[in-house]
Amino acid sequence: MQYMLLIYGNEQGMKTATPGDREAMFKAYGEFTASIVKSGNMKAGDALQPTATATTVRVRDGKTLTTDGPFAETKEQLGGYYLVEAKDLDEASKIAARIPGARVGSIEVRPVMPMPADYPRPKA
Amino acid sequence: MLGSGRAMDSGIEAVERVFRQERGRILASLIRLVGDIDLAEESLASALEAALVQWPGEGTPDNPRAWLIRAARNKAVDRLRRGALFEEKRTALEMEAALNMTPATNATPADEESVDDRLRLIFTCCHPSLGIEAQVALTLRTLGGLETEEIARAFLVPAATMAQRLVRAKAKIRQAGIPYRVPDPDELPARLDAVLAVIYLVFNEGYAASSGSSPVRREICEEAIRLGRLLVELMPAAAEARALLALMLLSDARRDARVGAGADGDAILMEDQDRSRWDRAAIREGLALIDGTLRAAFPGPYALQAAIAGVHAQSERAEETDWVQIVGLYTLLAELYPSPVVSLNHAVAIAMATGPAEGLRRIDALAASGVLADYHLLPAARADLLRRLGRFAEAAAAYRQALALAGNESDRRFLQRRLIEVGGAIPAN
Repeated sequence: MQYMLLIYGNEQGMKTATPGDREAMFKAYGEFTASIVKSGNMKAGDALQPTATATTVRVRDGKTLTTDGPFAETKEQLGGYYLVEAKDLDEASKIAARIPGARVGSIEVRPVMPMPADYPRPKA
Repeated sequence: MLGSGRAMDSGIEAVERVFRQERGRILASLIRLVGDIDLAEESLASALEAALVQWPGEGTPDNPRAWLIRAARNKAVDRLRRGALFEEKRTALEMEAALNMTPATNATPADEESVDDRLRLIFTCCHPSLGIEAQVALTLRTLGGLETEEIARAFLVPAATMAQRLVRAKAKIRQAGIPYRVPDPDELPARLDAVLAVIYLVFNEGYAASSGSSPVRREICEEAIRLGRLLVELMPAAAEARALLALMLLSDARRDARVGAGADGDAILMEDQDRSRWDRAAIREGLALIDGTLRAAFPGPYALQAAIAGVHAQSERAEETDWVQIVGLYTLLAELYPSPVVSLNHAVAIAMATGPAEGLRRIDALAASGVLADYHLLPAARADLLRRLGRFAEAAAAYRQALALAGNESDRRFLQRRLIEVGGAIPAN
């Protein structure tokens, strides 16, 4: 079976963390990632940019509505994900608008945080 | 000594003049070249410092704009080379590669880059992934000639708040990959609407009677008109861009006549304004811009609003206003672009054209629907029609309702005067 492990946390806490705290966290993630790459469990994974960088895409009556921020309604629950390569936010949003779920729910488009080239990754 | 002093003055003046006129355009080109608004702003500031040192002694370059762009681009490369972050270093290498491919002059390949960079910048600043407040702030800061402090004053927020808003907006553009380009034809209509909305919001912020004739407010209106002109220049085929400019010019033409004397002069209703104080040149320009636009099968919302403003502008005296034509325009506006505020104005126009009773019937229906429950102009308009019908007790009750909702002092004083006229007592609070 495959499982998706979703990481929830307080962004504000990360923002106010000292450089030392942040470095320690980064190191811990590096070690954890390396361990599940080694064990063969890792399929994919990324850190996301903060919610302030999010865009919400909805399609209603055939019209695409693009808004600032992650405004999923509380009656909406996470139901799936796609990781896509796009040249910019507009291309990513256009792809998001084609997801069938965009017509009834909403798609949050959040950029993936770039990582150093030597960060542990599963073999392709 | 005297001679060199004069040369120095003229050199500094030349820098300041070029900078004032060309800042938006230079910044827009730099953003394309260096790929980041912050970096472009910082390197432009350094280039400006260099110009202030060099131009007075060496003379103003033949093409001052190209000089500033080249100098700023070099500063940006220097800065990126010194950058400590791996991300910045990578960008520096990519950028140097890109810069080496383009000739050292400001010559740019024809097709895509022949688009005025300011048009790209407008669409980036007014991107729907940014909050509307961020869109407004960014547009005024990068394309407008306004400093962060001036924008903060205009929107009545502390300068630090406005600075923070700009920082966040620029970070989002960078991190989320908001592109720096003119949208594809299929996206263009919706994206242009967003740009028009930002410019009109800026104009209304300056135009709101709430703050009278204070200079900052006037500057904001002028800035909105300047942006409107720029958009018309960059997109001459966009009818709604022309219509928005017309609407702003026709409204702004009444500026001197719509505020009473004194520092906190009260707003004067259009019917009571001294029309000899309307700006005839602005009216002529506004009318010329919308000449023919109403012949389109589906005129846009700005075209219809500009046409309504145009009917008022062409009436020498308030009594000569062609209310039947205004009702027709509002009917079309309400049909194509319905909104509660349009319905309210439509009802008021009907009252003017055919008498207060029919207008009142429509306003009552609107009030019953509850959509404008917090909008003081609804009970105010209702009160006015009741007053015209001689139903003073009901008018007084409606004025009191309006007073309870009205936020600014000028509106309140007006409503209180009317309340007294209909024989009502002013509420204690």
